[in-house]
Amino acid sequence: MTNTSVETPAPHSAPEKRLKFNSFRIGPLVIKIILLSTFNAIMAFLMFTLASQGSWGLVAAAAALTIAIDVIYLNKRMLPAKYITPGLVFLLIFQVFIIIYTFYIAFTNFSTGHILDKDDAIQSLLSQNQERVPDSASYPLTVVDGPNGLGFLVTDPAGDALVGDSETPLAPVDATFEDDKAVATDGYTTLKFADVLQVQDQVFNLVVPVSDDAADGSIRTLDGSSGYQYVSNLLYDESADTLTNGTTGVVYTDQGNGSFESAEGAELLPGWTINIGFENFERAFTDSSIRGPLVSVMIWTFVFAALSMLFTFALGLFMALMFNHPRMRGIKIYRIMMVLPYAFPAFLGAMVWSGMYSTSFGFINNVLLGGANIPWLTDPTLAKVAVLIVNLWLGFPYMFLVTLGALQSIPEEIQEAARTDGASPWQVFRQIKLPLLLVSVAPVLIATFAFNFNNFNVIYLVTGGGPRISDADIPVGHTDILISLVYKVAFTGQQRDYGLASAFSIIIFVVVATVSIISFRRTKTLEDIH
Amino acid sequence: MLKTKKSLGLGAVLVTAGLLITACSSSTDDTATSTSPEPSSSAMESTSPAAGGADLVVWVDSERADALAQPAADYEAKTGVHVEIVGRDNATLKDDFIQQANSGSGPDITMGAHDWLGELTANGVVAPLELGDKADDYLPVALDASTYEGTVYELPYAVENLAVLRNADLVPEAAGDYDDMIAKGEAAGAEYPFVVEQGAEGNPYHLYPFQTSFDAPVFGRDDAGSYDPTQLKLGDGDQFAEWLGEQGKEGNMSTEITGDIAKEKFTSGDAAFWLTGPWNLTAATEAGINVAVDAVPAPGPSAAAPFAGVKGFFVNEYSENKVAANDFLVNYIGTEDVQLALYESGKILPALKAAADTAAADPLVSGFLAAGTDAVPMPAIPAMGQVWQYWGIAEAAILDGADPDSTWTKLTSDVEAAIAG
Repeated sequence: MTNTSVETPAPHSAPEKRLKFNSFRIGPLVIKIILLSTFNAIMAFLMFTLASQGSWGLVAAAAALTIAIDVIYLNKRMLPAKYITPGLVFLLIFQVFIIIYTFYIAFTNFSTGHILDKDDAIQSLLSQNQERVPDSASYPLTVVDGPNGLGFLVTDPAGDALVGDSETPLAPVDATFEDDKAVATDGYTTLKFADVLQVQDQVFNLVVPVSDDAADGSIRTLDGSSGYQYVSNLLYDESADTLTNGTTGVVYTDQGNGSFESAEGAELLPGWTINIGFENFERAFTDSSIRGPLVSVMIWTFVFAALSMLFTFALGLFMALMFNHPRMRGIKIYRIMMVLPYAFPAFLGAMVWSGMYSTSFGFINNVLLGGANIPWLTDPTLAKVAVLIVNLWLGFPYMFLVTLGALQSIPEEIQEAARTDGASPWQVFRQIKLPLLLVSVAPVLIATFAFNFNNFNVIYLVTGGGPRISDADIPVGHTDILISLVYKVAFTGQQRDYGLASAFSIIIFVVVATVSIISFRRTKTLEDIH
Repeated sequence: MLKTKKSLGLGAVLVTAGLLITACSSSTDDTATSTSPEPSSSAMESTSPAAGGADLVVWVDSERADALAQPAADYEAKTGVHVEIVGRDNATLKDDFIQQANSGSGPDITMGAHDWLGELTANGVVAPLELGDKADDYLPVALDASTYEGTVYELPYAVENLAVLRNADLVPEAAGDYDDMIAKGEAAGAEYPFVVEQGAEGNPYHLYPFQTSFDAPVFGRDDAGSYDPTQLKLGDGDQFAEWLGEQGKEGNMSTEITGDIAKEKFTSGDAAFWLTGPWNLTAATEAGINVAVDAVPAPGPSAAAPFAGVKGFFVNEYSENKVAANDFLVNYIGTEDVQLALYESGKILPALKAAADTAAADPLVSGFLAAGTDAVPMPAIPAMGQVWQYWGIAEAAILDGADPDSTWTKLTSDVEAAIAG
């Protein structure tokens, strides 16, 4: 590695000095070795952890990344890669991975009741359907180790000791008692609580039949010290992959919908996550109770993003034109005040605005409008106006700064030339300043549009998406934009639908990407003016 | 020269990496040996409880973490099971638990509220508990709430229900019924005789005691005592709706009164009565208000029965330490000392009868206990989600002046359709 510098053209300083210095450049090498070693160690540790959890795909990905980084930094040729690799890695982890994962979720039924894999769902169903035999006694219980492995030594309500294990049903034995609880018997070793914990998985799953009759149920213990008589309401048939209700005899089968269903269509929850293809997208576009709100939300999202961009640009530009006037006094103070909303945390700003809009307690109605009773946040149209005003207040300082800079970079001579030719101030603005301004500001406008398209904070903090559209099937409001709709579908209420929300996210992604691409193409034509 | 240097560099990287790995793994080995089962022979011989090889991870609301630290240490001294109390943000606790329960990084036990049960069981992340004969030691409403479809899943530790806080300096005596409360509040000259938290989307939880006073619960119950989604009783609430419309007109209740405004009015002495829960008690007493806690005065023919919310603990279905987890909850958290320790940190009525009796020595707590005599558990069934979705909006509309009758009928039919749908 030290040789890289030899190949670079020698600097102007004396060559001997440089060479001497070069021979001492062991420090960077050591740092590099330490850094790379640390990285490799962390990655190796990560791979071991992942491998122990059986995530082989991630192990492979981590290995590939480690090798790639080692190759890049131990190789003296790939100089550009050395600079861009860290950025690329973070891009992969924080952007690409999330996008891919969202795509994956959008094609599954991942939602309330479908978050497990099938084995876990079966385990949970069986565990939830262990029913204690009605009016059965509770048995003080001691875990013992006997000829057939672990067993239970229990004391029945009459005070007699019984012992049994997974193969032999409970049978009377002579036992030593402590406080009316059988604690030891011949031929069995008593496990203390600490010993029980060593094998708690086995103890928890141990089932000791009460008698030869299966209807009597079996003894199980949850806490290792008391036993209860249970019957299983659901029986799993592994070969047929069906669950049978022991009482009603109803058979539940896996019909490919991510849960066990009876012939009548009754579904057992929890189910599990399965791949369902384009079903979420189909629902978004064909289910009328979702499509209706989705279309109105999408229209409002475009309106909101476009108007927010236009208004902030217009106000920012207007202010910039005013404050660009050379003869204005105290211009710096004005400019500082102008930028204040931008310096104010947006979260706080939005929440303060939300309070100011309150109909009978808010500052706007009470003070500014002298006790008016305007339902700012509860009327659908006014609520839209309200969020636009807040967004204007939050957004114009940025536009002011950007356009002010752009205006100051427009050469004075061009404007002077125009004026000499007899152009009115409006003509100077319309035909000289604005086109030149747009060249540099257009990308900012597109970015503003894209930002406001997903401006979750303002919507969520000012109106919370409300007022609600009362006849929609999903909890959506009149001021909800797509991203706040996604949030509501995925993260509120009892029925979470992460799959559907991911499908919505992908729709947003496609829309924003399309709009951005088209707009950037357009700005190229603007640049041609230049 | 170049090659040797390069291979030397590579070698150094490998050696250092190897050293680092061993450094990391040796520390993990230590913990691994202490948690993994030892050979059974040595386990049998061990007499010291400290040899018990289980670590329990318990997620709790950060506000309760300190209160549980000492009980957890005592439990470890008693059984050798190390209990790690992890304080977490209550707002994201449920979602985090559902997401991580079976991932291997979830806790063995989580704190929660009984109305999570519908979601937790549908997602299959909680394991049943068995209280056995200890079941009768709990307040009936706590046991009722902890039971979902006939199975107990929650070890309850606190019961919350609404009551009316009265500014005893303004109104020295409790109100007989709702109209009496308004009259007393007005006579006391308070700016607001009575405040209750509402908001643009309503707040049916806080209006529910009034609704039950008109004999209109949300769901009926089946023979086993579970809430039955097919027995929707909301439709019986037309009288309540009419009454609610009147309250809106007279200005006794308003969607403008949010939780913050209600709190501000009462704590500044501008409101005589405040319908709220025990969580706001401290705010009121700290503001120097002379607070008395009364039962909710009934506006209709029957008693006003608020919803009860029961806080407790759940065992993760995918925990590998279920025996320890069950023992910790049923045989330890369910004891009077621990319940009282939790009570001290939040001043919310304990779920264990014995602890509740001790706590009721405080007149404010006994006020909530008395106000909760008729309380019923908030339904945890999924159909309740459909009710919440429309309920508050409809009540807010009625308070804002919409026609009570048709709004309530629409609410009932919307909910019915959503449950069926």
